[in-house]
Amino acid sequence: MAKKFLFVNRKAPYGTIYALESLEVVLISAAFEQVVSLVFMDDGVYELTKGQKTDAIGMKNFSPTYSALGDYEIKNIYIEKESLDARGLTLDDLQHLVWEDEDDDWAEKDSIHLVSSKELATIMADQEVIITF
Amino acid sequence: MKFAIQINEGPYQHQASDSAYQFTRAALAKGHEIFRVFLYHDGVNNATRLAVPPQDDRNITQQWTKLQKEHELDLVVCIAAAQRRGLLDEDEAKRQGKDANNIAEGFRISGLGQLIEAGIEADRLVVFGD
Repeated sequence: MAKKFLFVNRKAPYGTIYALESLEVVLISAAFEQVVSLVFMDDGVYELTKGQKTDAIGMKNFSPTYSALGDYEIKNIYIEKESLDARGLTLDDLQHLVWEDEDDDWAEKDSIHLVSSKELATIMADQEVIITF
Repeated sequence: MKFAIQINEGPYQHQASDSAYQFTRAALAKGHEIFRVFLYHDGVNNATRLAVPPQDDRNITQQWTKLQKEHELDLVVCIAAAQRRGLLDEDEAKRQGKDANNIAEGFRISGLGQLIEAGIEADRLVVFGD
């Protein structure tokens, strides 16, 4: 019986290691055939911003890895609208993440869902395991 | 109830490990089961046997070792997080060509899959972090 796992990402990508080590857990979780969803909220929305360049800070740019999430059967990535608004960001500032639907001739479908804080509460209430980073 | 515990922060610097320890002890005292304690992020530092805290303070690592012995706890240190931070057991030290190891008695090093398995097997996964 698969459980519903939700990984909540709340930190900016390079100031601390939480974002990178969260991504490592998420990728491992895919091997366990669970129902995995992700949330990006607070400074966590910066993790998905486009065009990250890390040369000047001497750290590895791990943001391209997010585009592989669809291949790991991760189809639901929730972005909290209030967090984007508060930072002057829109969905256009974030990577466009998709998954391929094998039941629909491998059509590419959006993985990213913009949700309000209130909707997020409902989504969280529906989960069985929530891990926050 | 069957609990799994995740610790995301290092000892002394942050309350997470102390809270996890108190929670684990209280849960066991009430007759609950602790499926696994998983150390992640800086939480892996709770497993070093080389820390020497002042004598009039608690020794967090020794507290865990003692509790592990009493209840046969499964204390797991994430290998990826541990390697980054210089936490090695004897086998890992040999494999990586390092001249020392520092994992305390009662802890074992394993992969992230152990965390996901804990989430699957336990009724509740309780995360102690920042």
